[in-house]
Amino acid sequence: MTQDVAAVPAVAAQDTVAGAAATPGREQPFAALGLTADEYARIAAILGRRPTDAELAIYSVMWSEHCSYKSSRKHLRQFAEKAPATDVLLAGIGQNAGVVDVGQGYAVTFKIESHNHPSYVEPFQGAATGVGGIVRDILAMGARPVAVMDALRFGPAAAADTRRVLPGVVRGISFYGNCLGLPNIGGELAFDPCYAGNPLVNALCVGVLRHSDLKLAAATGPGNRVILFGSRTGPDGIGGASVLASASFGGAGEGAKRPSVQVGDPFMEKLLIECCLELYQAGLVVGIQDLGAAGVACATTELAAGGGTGMRVRLDSVPLRDASLGPAEILMSESQERMMAIVEPDDVAAFLAICRKWDVLATVIGEVTDTGRLEMTWHGEQVVDIPPGSAADSGPVYDRPVSRPASQEALTAAGPERLLLPSTGADLRADLMLLLGSPDGGDKTWVTEQYDRYVRGDTVLAMPHDAGLLRIDEETGLGVALATDGNGRYCQLDPYAGTQLALAEAYRNVAVTGARPLAVTNCLNFGSPEDPAVMWQFTEAVRGLADGCLQLGIPVTGGNVSFYNQTGGTPIQPTPVVGVLGVHDDVRRRVGSGFTADGASIVLLGETRAEFGGSLWAWLRHGHLGGRPPAVDLEAERALAALLAAAAARGLIQAAHDLSDGGLALALAEACLSGGTGCVVRPPADAATFLFSESAARAIVAVRPEATDDLAAASEHEGVPMAVIGRTGGPALEVTGLFSVPLAELGTAYRAALPELFS
Amino acid sequence: MTARIGVVTFPGSLDDRDACRAVQRAGAQPVELWHDEASLHGVDAVVLPGGFSYGDYLRCGAIARFAPVMGQLVEAAGRGLPVLGICNGFQILCEAHLLPGALARNAGLHFVTRDITIKIENDTSAWTRQYQRGQDIRVVLKSGEGAYMADPQTLARLEANGQVLARYASGNPNGSQRDIAGVVSEAGNVAGLMPHPEHAIDELTGPSADGLGFFASVLQAVAIP
Repeated sequence: MTQDVAAVPAVAAQDTVAGAAATPGREQPFAALGLTADEYARIAAILGRRPTDAELAIYSVMWSEHCSYKSSRKHLRQFAEKAPATDVLLAGIGQNAGVVDVGQGYAVTFKIESHNHPSYVEPFQGAATGVGGIVRDILAMGARPVAVMDALRFGPAAAADTRRVLPGVVRGISFYGNCLGLPNIGGELAFDPCYAGNPLVNALCVGVLRHSDLKLAAATGPGNRVILFGSRTGPDGIGGASVLASASFGGAGEGAKRPSVQVGDPFMEKLLIECCLELYQAGLVVGIQDLGAAGVACATTELAAGGGTGMRVRLDSVPLRDASLGPAEILMSESQERMMAIVEPDDVAAFLAICRKWDVLATVIGEVTDTGRLEMTWHGEQVVDIPPGSAADSGPVYDRPVSRPASQEALTAAGPERLLLPSTGADLRADLMLLLGSPDGGDKTWVTEQYDRYVRGDTVLAMPHDAGLLRIDEETGLGVALATDGNGRYCQLDPYAGTQLALAEAYRNVAVTGARPLAVTNCLNFGSPEDPAVMWQFTEAVRGLADGCLQLGIPVTGGNVSFYNQTGGTPIQPTPVVGVLGVHDDVRRRVGSGFTADGASIVLLGETRAEFGGSLWAWLRHGHLGGRPPAVDLEAERALAALLAAAAARGLIQAAHDLSDGGLALALAEACLSGGTGCVVRPPADAATFLFSESAARAIVAVRPEATDDLAAASEHEGVPMAVIGRTGGPALEVTGLFSVPLAELGTAYRAALPELFS
Repeated sequence: MTARIGVVTFPGSLDDRDACRAVQRAGAQPVELWHDEASLHGVDAVVLPGGFSYGDYLRCGAIARFAPVMGQLVEAAGRGLPVLGICNGFQILCEAHLLPGALARNAGLHFVTRDITIKIENDTSAWTRQYQRGQDIRVVLKSGEGAYMADPQTLARLEANGQVLARYASGNPNGSQRDIAGVVSEAGNVAGLMPHPEHAIDELTGPSADGLGFFASVLQAVAIP
């Protein structure tokens, strides 16, 4: 197997610390490992000598873009600097995942992470291990993982390569998540040519814990043992973080990257979850870290740095799947389903016994020291001796050049005003059917029915509702709602506003279920940070998200940056994916998105303006992307969310559905189809704007006629514009005086696109 | 005395917690049974829950049938102990030859999660006596290898003996022969069901509460007269 890792230069096992001091001039392959000459010089300055090959391996992965956030770190500080005053955060940015107090002694931890590049190279394993990785992040916080979601973006649905990538990705998520026993409760699926050579696979996991169960990644207590447990270490994914996740796909060298994708074993991960939870329950864990990107190198440096201690590790005691691996390869391996725990000496026997019960291999590989050094030996010889913080925390930070691209002016100028709006009933109907029958606007069941949404028995809402809703406490009905949103078209037009619109949509999606938005996670998918135009998009997006969260009063708890999403010199549309978590006081009063009963009044909340810039209608009908995205009004979003929460708590509304891509037209069609009930709405003079504009801060709700006055009073109280636009019932979606589509025809069109392309 | 119903956890079992909840909702006391322990702890009935026992890497249920707990289970089933295998549990019961036939990969090859309707065909078994023959119930199907297969003689025998427990009634989702969703042993105590009644015990978290009838039925079956 070792010949498969030929991309990484062979490492001599005998390059010891003493040897490195004695041979200062020896040439080392730092560039092949993704380090610059400056960075290499800096390592030598830290150590006072050249690094050993094993040390070089550690720095190369820890200082990679993927692990060190060296291009983004300067900007990400805004999330802390602009954080709203809050008392809900129990652990924040910098931990494996943020932890939020949701009341009644419960805390929730959630995070979203990208696995874009591996999923393009090997869709099935790339997506599967993306789920596995984020689940271990949540597990490492001391929480039981309780659900997953995924936000997916691909090239044009009809493109040949999409037929290779999409089914593989979906099968990978389905395989891994289903075998783990985690319900998949929602996510996104979108298509655009910009993702053709660079799909986005972002996986989210949420976990639940009691406050007292919170675990941190810190190796404290000199003398405590370091235990590696889970799968054996093999040659998979060596250098994945430095080589794969920190460079763009070019024409050459892709073959060499192929073996950098890891292989997942969800059965082992399921055992690892149950094993960890039993270890936590027994109080046997002082500190814990999952092994993801950069494997043992990352876990040891971060644990030692987190504890402010030192650590001594015998690398030759790491159980291997391939006996030929040397120290550098062991350090860099990204073999899945592994964890590292810090355990008191007296607890080691009990720890190992629980691992045996779950058939999980566990090995003491070292101990915590008070030296402030991370020391590693290989068959008795010292191969690593570094200050752990220098690898984990004080990597290089770059202030990359930022430049608004000249093309932005022209893009903004080419607005949608010149586009011909439909006006006749036939044209309006045709446009609705176009949106509804498209892979973007149509039914996603072909994907979502491959996921188990029922396991664990606490899923209250999942697809096709606006947000996933989970019950946490069976007695009290306490629950959490989660939604992720992103819109590359909006962000291409204006990354600041576009990111706030993604935040606003996720916030709104959580609110329509009746939940109160509480906290934010994000996965920032961008092109190369070495391109000043991409850096401009990135800085605008971060500023937009930080400002937006401050204004909405919900903190960013953590997140992930994925750079180098581009094909050759062409970056993807800037695609920040924003996840919002909300708390639901009583899930028994949840509000679904479908019209389920005849005779309800349909109420449009919020204000509709003629806003078609970046809209699904402009893109699908005219292939147009230009102008301004819809206006952002976060105060209006906040008022709308407050109204929806109050209305749900008082039982005023039967259904609520947010308005986003495809505007009111698509929202009405979805509400009719998911609830199996038709509707009749009366359009104003400008029917095209009424139906297809994507103005933000809007939702439709279905209200029993006798509750309409109460809702009106509540709307007035919150300052939310409201209009009764129609009524549920009948065999069709009817827009009075213009057109009508029988539900059967609507459903056939809605459900056609994905099965036709992928079955 | 409350009936005690065992729920076996194999490594890789996933719906064990849901099965326990369903047992509890039906009014019985759930007893957690561990795959590695031979004892059934004197339970009145056993549920083998869904999941991917041992990762299902060889063939679904093929390894689980050799688990220590299965020895006593097979013996007790022979003496009339009610046993219900759901999804992976059904696969295990087929592998253990407590039920005839086998479960093959879905006709569409994909894993399918869907709210479906099944028609109860046998209303006298230990697990279905609270339903009416011909009754339609709403439950959840979620499986990748759920296509029920048996040779023609076996199928004929199942039909003749009334051993078809339930059939898919809202379209055949996986290519099962004769739309078979579940079967029961000749004695009526060992049942296998591909769909999940334990996910249909409450309209808040499932498509209906129709699935509770399986658990209520066994309570009635084991009640001391």
